[in-house]
Amino acid sequence: MSIVTVQLGQCGNQIGFEVFDALNTDSHCPQGLCSKRENEAYQASCKERFFSEEENGVPIARAVLVDMEPKVTSQTLSKAAQSGRWKYGQHSCFCQKQGSGNNWAYGYSVHGPRHEEAIMNLIQKEVEKCDSLSGFFIIMSMAGGTGSGLGAFVTQNLQDQYSNSLKMNQIIWPYGTGEVIVQNYNSVLTLSHLYRSSDALLVHENDALHKICAKLMNIKQISFSDINQVLAHQLGSVFQPTYSVEGSCHYRRNPLGIDWQVRPPLSGLPTFGKVSLNRELHFNTSIANLVILRGKDVHSADLGGFKDPALYTSWLEPIHAVNVWKTQRAFSKYEKSAALVSNSQFLLKPLDTIVGKAWNMFASKAYIHQYTKFGIEEEDFLDSFALLEQVVASYCNL
Amino acid sequence: MTQSVVVQVGQCGNQIGCCFWDLALREHAAVNQKGIYDEAISSFFRNVDTRVVGDGGSISKGKICSLKARAVLIDMEEGVVNEILQGPLRDVFDSKQLITDISGSGNNWAVGHKVFGSLYQEQILEKLRKSAEHCDCLQCFFIIHSMGGGTGSGLGTFLLKVLEDEFPEVYRFVTSIYPSGEDDVITSPYNSILAMKELNEHADCVLPIDNQSLFDIISKIDLMVNSGKLGTTVKPKSLVTSSAGAVKKRHQKPFDAMNNIVANLLLNLTSSARFEGSLNMDLNEISMNLVPFPQLHYLVSSLTPLYTLADVNIPTRRLDQMFSDAFSKDHQLIRADPKHSLYLACALMVRGNVQVSDLRRNIERLKPSLQFVSWNQEGWKTSLCSVPPVGHSHSLLALANNTCVKPTFMELKERFMRLYRKKAHLHHYLQIEGMEESCFMEAVSSLSGLVEEYNQLDATKSMPVEDLPRLSIAV
Repeated sequence: MSIVTVQLGQCGNQIGFEVFDALNTDSHCPQGLCSKRENEAYQASCKERFFSEEENGVPIARAVLVDMEPKVTSQTLSKAAQSGRWKYGQHSCFCQKQGSGNNWAYGYSVHGPRHEEAIMNLIQKEVEKCDSLSGFFIIMSMAGGTGSGLGAFVTQNLQDQYSNSLKMNQIIWPYGTGEVIVQNYNSVLTLSHLYRSSDALLVHENDALHKICAKLMNIKQISFSDINQVLAHQLGSVFQPTYSVEGSCHYRRNPLGIDWQVRPPLSGLPTFGKVSLNRELHFNTSIANLVILRGKDVHSADLGGFKDPALYTSWLEPIHAVNVWKTQRAFSKYEKSAALVSNSQFLLKPLDTIVGKAWNMFASKAYIHQYTKFGIEEEDFLDSFALLEQVVASYCNL
Repeated sequence: MTQSVVVQVGQCGNQIGCCFWDLALREHAAVNQKGIYDEAISSFFRNVDTRVVGDGGSISKGKICSLKARAVLIDMEEGVVNEILQGPLRDVFDSKQLITDISGSGNNWAVGHKVFGSLYQEQILEKLRKSAEHCDCLQCFFIIHSMGGGTGSGLGTFLLKVLEDEFPEVYRFVTSIYPSGEDDVITSPYNSILAMKELNEHADCVLPIDNQSLFDIISKIDLMVNSGKLGTTVKPKSLVTSSAGAVKKRHQKPFDAMNNIVANLLLNLTSSARFEGSLNMDLNEISMNLVPFPQLHYLVSSLTPLYTLADVNIPTRRLDQMFSDAFSKDHQLIRADPKHSLYLACALMVRGNVQVSDLRRNIERLKPSLQFVSWNQEGWKTSLCSVPPVGHSHSLLALANNTCVKPTFMELKERFMRLYRKKAHLHHYLQIEGMEESCFMEAVSSLSGLVEEYNQLDATKSMPVEDLPRLSIAV
């Protein structure tokens, strides 16, 4: 089953390149620490998901590159081609000249409708190349104009056109201290729109990735390239093939296929006052956790800690909330590696902060004229704020 | 990739423009070693096959044949433009891109704006349309002029309205040279205030610059170069003031060095749009991020480094020093005190081998000493362009939307009122058809309105930053 990736804007395209590179490098890694047959099964599965085959043997990434100005996409295309190991499709790129000016409204209301047909056609072509489509992986940032605005528009279109396929958005949470001054507005608008059309939002914060580079990897002069590579490594360890629970011989067919959306039981949420006394104060309350283990000794690993009820909200049984995927094939030369994908309160604080700052700015009406110029009115802002406050409240109540 | 057209008006505008084109050619020559006409060059230059007569000569790709500047040169007297056309840059300008007259505007805004405006409106429109047609995707007009004279000030601002009507989607970035206190043109306060009204209403973004600051920067550099301190020699080509690239004592015309600083400003402003980088910043992003309210579009600029010492060998400290310098008054192109006023927004445009961690480290370091408005506490916009300017390994351009421009404007208003109260020289203006005393009054009130907006923001300066109550949701 295949995943079609849509890379949007400078951030999306720069990251997309690193992700495909990491996936390709890992799948061709000789030190798999497993049998040859297993390695081949792994490689085949990885290839089917992310690459399609070209005649002269160079795999082509199943990706569509979109940007509203040409510098980054042309760089991305040439970097891939130069590597010699994989490349992007010749006609997979959609590019314009002017950029979105960090303006969500411009990306969503101007670029979106204007280029809807061309972009959806490109995606359609990529989908047709797949034997069976598992879903879409959309890489975008929240702070700018193209990734955020056009990304929200494209996701909405994908929801309309491919309602049965999964749509997962990789969103990049900007640094707390400004990369873009209107990033909070752009983020609020993006999140509220994605909430209505995306199935899952995979979040990475620039601040967190930066800290990883600084503290764990000891890089002195951290560049965006370093940050993107850390991100690609994490994504690779999540998306590379793993066994499904039932069969130990077959790699699971649906890479994105767990129940990403969790609904609270119909009996309603517990009342506010209820506090569990044995709750660990260090852990955020989770709704669901996915643990992915790769490499040596995966079958004997003790995962009891993940099943501790204290980690989970009171209306969930841990057994329903934890999923474990395993494979003996090591990832990227690491003898043992583990990845955790979690739906928990961890984003509560950053989300609350962004909404707070955007609200303060909105109250003074600063920069609003830049958005109303392109059709996003104050009511749209208010709707977005309302939706996100609901999200914040829901997570708070876990 | 988009294109920009430079419109240089008046003596000052054209002299600065000339320095700009010279520097632009040098920069592209340094970056583009193979002589291929690429998208970066096309942002400011056309590639023309000069053997073809008439209009058909444009070449869009391949080797560079002959570069023509995307510029329109306007002056109401011939001296300056003629000199340009006889100088080393004569082939860069298309003879069809010029509009000149003989008599000049006599340092009278009304003559520039009303008389020459109506006289040349058609021609101006035609030249602008032509230059726009040559662009694949025109994004921005850069207008360069001075505020104190007649042509640059009057005709230059007349242009703004024309551009707004004819090309509403294209940005108008204005580089305005404000007169210093000791300006020798007596009527400069009148001209400036009358021009300010037009800038308030029709410009997207204004970069005010004053001659005194430029002069101070030159003095500082001269001191550095001539001090002959042991072990410090300035790298040639690195002077922000040099045009021919060498530190030799060439007899430069008096304003040349100052004009080069402004030329560097414009190059650095557009570098991230023209060249690649890990965090690009296009021209429309400047307006989007730095202009929170339509009228407040005046940006204080500061440029570092002004020169590079030959014995560079302390990488990180030098980099951090560059950031500190950008916030020191010595590097500003207008005299103002942003550190003691309120920042509405600030942009840092970095060129060269600087990474995001350097940027973050310095922002964290400098933030505590700067006051940002309550609703924009993290009001930083940053960009990283990989290509450094000629002669440097890295550089930084800081653009600040700060209430510190208020005293400059108020001082200008004071000088204006001193003349106006006595009705001095007023008759020169009022005798022009279309000029009445109400024009003056409207201009003053426009400026007062602007100052009032800044005042209101300043009033919030000492108030504690409180979070406003949020929407409450029924769960």
